[in-house]
Amino acid sequence: MLDTINEPLIIAEPTSTQLSYMDAIVQAQKEEMLRDERVVMIGEDVSIYGGTELVRSFDENRVRNMPISENSFTGMAIGAAMTGLRPIVDLTIASFTYLAADQIINQASKLRYMTGGQIQVPIVFRAGMYYKIGNAAQHSDRPYPFFMSAPGLKIIVPSTAADMKGLLKSAVRDDDPVMIFEDCNLWAKKDLVSTDPDFLIPIGCADIKRPGSDVTIISIGACLPMVLAAAKTLQKQGISAEVVDPRTLVPLDKEVLIRSVAKTGRLVIVDNAHRTNSAASEIAAVIAEEAFESLRKPIQRVTTADVHIPFSPVLEKIVYPTAADVIGAVNKIQ
Amino acid sequence: MSLRKSDHLEMYRRMQRIRIFEEAVKTLPVEGHLSIGQEGAIVGACMALRDDDYITGTHRSHGHPIGKGATLAPLMAELLGKVTGICRGRGGSMHLADFSVGVVGESAIVGGGIPLATGAGFSAQVRGTDQVSLCFFGDGASNQGTFSESMNLAAVWNLPVIFFCENNGYAISTSVGKSHGQPDIAKRADGYGIPGVIVDGQDALSVYKASNEAVIRARNGDGPTLIEAKTYRFEEHCDNLNILIPYRSQEEIDHHVTNRDPLVIYQAALLAMPEINEKDLDSITAEVVTEVQAAVEFAQQSAYPDPADLYQHMYSTPIHYPA
Ligand SMILES: Cc1ncc(C[n+]2csc(CCOP(=O)(O)OP(=O)(O)O)c2C)c(N)n1
Ligand SMILES: [Mg+2]
Repeated sequence: MLDTINEPLIIAEPTSTQLSYMDAIVQAQKEEMLRDERVVMIGEDVSIYGGTELVRSFDENRVRNMPISENSFTGMAIGAAMTGLRPIVDLTIASFTYLAADQIINQASKLRYMTGGQIQVPIVFRAGMYYKIGNAAQHSDRPYPFFMSAPGLKIIVPSTAADMKGLLKSAVRDDDPVMIFEDCNLWAKKDLVSTDPDFLIPIGCADIKRPGSDVTIISIGACLPMVLAAAKTLQKQGISAEVVDPRTLVPLDKEVLIRSVAKTGRLVIVDNAHRTNSAASEIAAVIAEEAFESLRKPIQRVTTADVHIPFSPVLEKIVYPTAADVIGAVNKIQ
Repeated sequence: MSLRKSDHLEMYRRMQRIRIFEEAVKTLPVEGHLSIGQEGAIVGACMALRDDDYITGTHRSHGHPIGKGATLAPLMAELLGKVTGICRGRGGSMHLADFSVGVVGESAIVGGGIPLATGAGFSAQVRGTDQVSLCFFGDGASNQGTFSESMNLAAVWNLPVIFFCENNGYAISTSVGKSHGQPDIAKRADGYGIPGVIVDGQDALSVYKASNEAVIRARNGDGPTLIEAKTYRFEEHCDNLNILIPYRSQEEIDHHVTNRDPLVIYQAALLAMPEINEKDLDSITAEVVTEVQAAVEFAQQSAYPDPADLYQHMYSTPIHYPA
């Protein structure tokens, strides 16, 4: 005991730095690739989709540019994961996950179970959601709900640079298939991120982004900045909103969500996915089943309309949830 | 079918339409993938088709409907997201499908159009028409399973399909050399028991000739052909691309722009024909310039879609939507 007290004081180095969401993605991968040589990265035009730094830092054994063959290179990575590598597959635009979906769902998600636990599939699928930028319907999907209904996958939707870095690193270290949905609307957004190469955020933990007492607003992925702005406006109205970010959709941190609703008695869920079968729908079902007595008013979902993302900017801008929609939903259940 | 003077002039007109349309697009606030440099391949193929034949396009597809004979103004209006656009502002740059001239679809999913074109050929066969279907796709798209699978489907049933690869050497930053075990894509035809032909895509007449033979085969019920047109994209893959590691040299680009411009090559071929003179070509160019200007004005003056019509065109029989 005395010994420890007499140990010399270690001056802590600066432990965090301002980092953009995009740089968090790059750094997380670079750190994990440096730490573990089994981590390899594959994707199309890696150097364009933010991966220039990785192409410069690693040779072709570690970073490999793929032909446009999403279904097969995804399967190839799954095969490699089963036999000793820990691949990160960059599927670039999230709408392309549909082309890889057969291998992700029929193989990656199922093989451990179907082989009676003989194998592990430690793999990360990255998908960037490019929307609100006039890319039209075949490039603008936010498809995480589809993959939520495939058991065997873990699904992550980080909303800040710190969450991105910590969760992506956890995903690489996880022994099961993890899909991480990134949001291009957050790329440039900076926040304070730990520089510790072992900084991790555990998969399956929600985060209270703003404490409050009158209403719970569950915000999924890139809805967060808009939801926080709405919460500020509500504060001026005298309504104290608690903003909770699940961060991980599978597994869902039910405990934190239920505890918040138990405190506030009111729930609004904000999700950029299409309304039908959205992540918001699943969360609403969980709360209705497990915390019905806490609710003083019906649950409200604020989601993207069930319509394809139109090209024309005048149409595109009206399909996604806005702060006004969130405020409207909160006021509706006061 | 050999080309008459009027066909030659029409081919030249369509090539100029693409070039001048794309030059105009560059000056507009439009994010798009341009076909400048690939006009010979596109129009050479389209001229072998009838108006009622089908085509499918790609993400780089302003040129395909123009090559097939579409009117310019609705295409330009679509690029600006206007309600007068060919897809009523719903599709945009990667989706200029004009069904009236046989454009079945333009897919922003690389390789996505190939099975659709195969389906249009299947439909023509079952309906007993003599229509054919031609799908445009890139060298990059040839690495999608849809390409191999569709070629086999078409081969098995002798479908009237022409698989037309615009091999411009690159898929964004990935060269054919670095992504294809066999860089001559046409040779893959062998694996499916169908003819595979390589043509100089900068020479519109060679492209026409090869396409015409493939169309005749298809119309006669003799099945599909794979054509690979070696071509070159003069512009960057698309606007707003942040390419930090160069993937092709300036010398290579300059060489193609200076020596391999399909319009210059076709002009020279035309002027060598006794029945065509410079005046013929100049007047066509002047007409196309006016046509493109009018298209831009039409697009700019048109209205945006009414937000109240957001759900329009979702279903043929509208369903009930929540408020
Ligand atoms: C399924 C799918 N994967 C990736 C992309 C992204 N992407 C858009 S264009 C392109 C390159 C296509 O190359 P190629 O087929 O040669 O056509 P080009 O651009 O040269 O005309 C890629 C990879 C996409 N749109 N769709
Ligand atoms: Mg190409």
